[in-house]
Amino acid sequence: MSEAFLSALRHTLPAEALVLDVERLRAFECDALSAYRALPMAVALPGSEEDVIAVLQLAHAHRIPVVARGAGTGLSGGATPTAGCLLLGMSRMRRLLYLDPLARYARVQPGVRNQAISEAAGHYGLYYAPDPSSQIACTIGGNVAENAGGIHCLKYGLTVHNLLGLRAVTMEGELLELGGTLDCNGYDLLALLTGSEGLLAVVTEVTVRLLPKPQLARVILASFAEVGHAADAVAQLVGSGATPAALEMMDGATVRAVEDFLQAGYPTDVAALLLCEADGTPEEVEADIVQMSRVLRAAGACELRVSDSEAERQQLWAGRKAAFPAAAKLAPDYYCMDGSIPRAAVGRVLAGIASLSAQYGLACINVFHAGDGNLHPLILFDANRAGELARAEQFGTDIAALCVSEGGAITGEHGVGIEKLDGMCAQFNAAELGQFSAIKAAFDPLGLLNPGKLIPTLHRCAEYGRMHVHRGQLPHPELPRF
Amino acid sequence: MLTDLQAQLRQAHAMSVPVRIVGAGSKQGWHAPQQGEALHVGSHAGIIDYAPAERVISARAGTRLAEIQAVLASQGQMLAAEPPDFGGHATLGGALATGWSGPRRPWAGAMRDQLLGVEILNGQGELLRFGGRVMKNVAGFDLARLMVGANGTLGLITEAHLKVLPLPEVETVRVFELPQADAIALANRLCAAPWPLSGAAWQGGLLRIRLSGNAAAVATAQQQLGGEPDVERHWFARLQAMQLDSFAPPSAEQGLWRLSLPQTCPPLLADYPQLIDWAGGRRWLSAPLAAAQAISTSARGAGGHALLQRSQAGWPTAPRNPTLLALEARIRRALDPRQILNRRQGD
Repeated sequence: MSEAFLSALRHTLPAEALVLDVERLRAFECDALSAYRALPMAVALPGSEEDVIAVLQLAHAHRIPVVARGAGTGLSGGATPTAGCLLLGMSRMRRLLYLDPLARYARVQPGVRNQAISEAAGHYGLYYAPDPSSQIACTIGGNVAENAGGIHCLKYGLTVHNLLGLRAVTMEGELLELGGTLDCNGYDLLALLTGSEGLLAVVTEVTVRLLPKPQLARVILASFAEVGHAADAVAQLVGSGATPAALEMMDGATVRAVEDFLQAGYPTDVAALLLCEADGTPEEVEADIVQMSRVLRAAGACELRVSDSEAERQQLWAGRKAAFPAAAKLAPDYYCMDGSIPRAAVGRVLAGIASLSAQYGLACINVFHAGDGNLHPLILFDANRAGELARAEQFGTDIAALCVSEGGAITGEHGVGIEKLDGMCAQFNAAELGQFSAIKAAFDPLGLLNPGKLIPTLHRCAEYGRMHVHRGQLPHPELPRF
Repeated sequence: MLTDLQAQLRQAHAMSVPVRIVGAGSKQGWHAPQQGEALHVGSHAGIIDYAPAERVISARAGTRLAEIQAVLASQGQMLAAEPPDFGGHATLGGALATGWSGPRRPWAGAMRDQLLGVEILNGQGELLRFGGRVMKNVAGFDLARLMVGANGTLGLITEAHLKVLPLPEVETVRVFELPQADAIALANRLCAAPWPLSGAAWQGGLLRIRLSGNAAAVATAQQQLGGEPDVERHWFARLQAMQLDSFAPPSAEQGLWRLSLPQTCPPLLADYPQLIDWAGGRRWLSAPLAAAQAISTSARGAGGHALLQRSQAGWPTAPRNPTLLALEARIRRALDPRQILNRRQGD
């Protein structure tokens, strides 16, 4: 079967658009969730929408599973190959097709890097707002698949809020043209495809909305002697009339790791730091800085520093942006979580994570999008020590369950992929998961596109459910238990 | 109440009989009539939870938008999508099902952008929750947003969680006397620069630009933009509520179309009276029903679409891409296998 498929594939794409030898296939065996690896049967690198259609039609005819991949920076295994699949690498489709500065949109191919869009738009005083931390490398196609977020979501929204249109191809090779205007005609499939993790269709073109660059941005660095005070400050800032452009939190351990790593100039004798940004017209920024400073002081901030220049603002952000590489210096491995909670619960959940950390005997540092309630606990461990990876994963599953019990979600922006399949059993009941499967089948009846991701099998949930009680009830009472 | 709704839907599913969802009926005359027994959701009402500090409100589908807006305003907050409340009767469920947003939409987002989560009954009467009360949530397919604008054909929304925003400290309107083409161009030039905008609409030779934000920022913008103060009081409020004369029921031979177009699209079908909102993105057009074909063709040619929204002659479906129609039919069956929910008369 696969021989016949590969032979037909060679007739469909030029040799340089195919990767077939094991050595070069190794480069595609995982995304940024590198604990999980599998070799694809082959990698196809389409150069156009026509190529994508042809390859998908071929794979469909041969019943070959297909996994699409952008830059491979995803953290949940969304682009991890399933064994024997065809991997569709979108990296060659990286042209910026059209940018309209007056209408404020850009049409780009899926392999265009997130940051490249803002660089191109910058010539016109415009930018693309979603800014995931991997923005220098990650591609817009992957951003759409994961509904990527970033530091400035609080004010400017996620990927789904910043798209105008999509072109995408189903597993059967059918072209979908979605969106285009501010009102949609028919179902909002643009919203449905955004964050669908490559299970419904392969994105071939993205129309993004561009925003005028704010005239001014300033950031406040606020230090706290107690984590609880910083958490309170977050809730009070969100409740006040000013909307921070970004509101990030780092705990003391993260701050010290960052200082060791690149000397951002942060005070290190703190329990937590907040970075709170205001942007807009100079008048808006001035008023917001005054109001935000007042709220921060009232919540117990011991020191405030406000950036006075763009250089200083960049420097204050540099530390936050280096938090993950700095964490990598603390332990051989870390496991990044992505729970999302109501902002009023930040203090409680951080305390819960601290007690889980003691229980599992694994350190955990916290750096996150506090204003959105999107936590990124980093569980530190050493995969070479027997049992530590499993312990770290169990710790992570407990954090996800803690977020769900606070009315939150197991993933705020990284996606489910293969990593959070167990968490999906905590988040959704059998009927809800069944609905996801039905939607999947409406797009891809044979289940060939990115199989095994996002939707856990009920069997898996039954296994997981032995330990887990959901909304006070055992999930899936209809399933037998052993 | 919820269990009653669920029981009725389960029975309708079992018997394969169509059901039409009725909130307050505020949009009667604005959409095609549906088949089947009425399922009344209007009394499944009430705000469940409102945490101003969290900027989230949760309410049952039958809750009046007007009640929600009043409660929010008492805490200095608002539904930033500005859904029309049709004289105070419209319900939250109906606002989500139709997905209509008001003048602030290009800057603050549409109803679907502010929706965080829903509880629904699908076409089999299963009670399901998608999304939640948190700002960021990418767990599972986004079936919550899919409900917005689906006109109740994918499920009965029973409860919703919405993001809310602070009311601007100050709001003011500047008026510019301009022909249509110049108004569209100026509105878009303003959109492309960092002004504190929250509205850009043109009618009868007047472009109205609404500015929102803190007092100093709005004062500076007003001074730099120029224009005249608006002599018509509450014009944007009446636009949001769809109470301007343009929205009146058309006479026998006339129709009111809603055109969705790229914002910078030059004047289209300019011989017909138009109310242009969203800096050109949405245009309400009054024209004879005989022009239906030409209107549809023009809108599609310009990269958008036209929907006949009000007429005495019914609501013909606009032609659409067959691939998308087939996919939408499969999606509908995934949520409502027997297609009992809000089936159009004649379907």
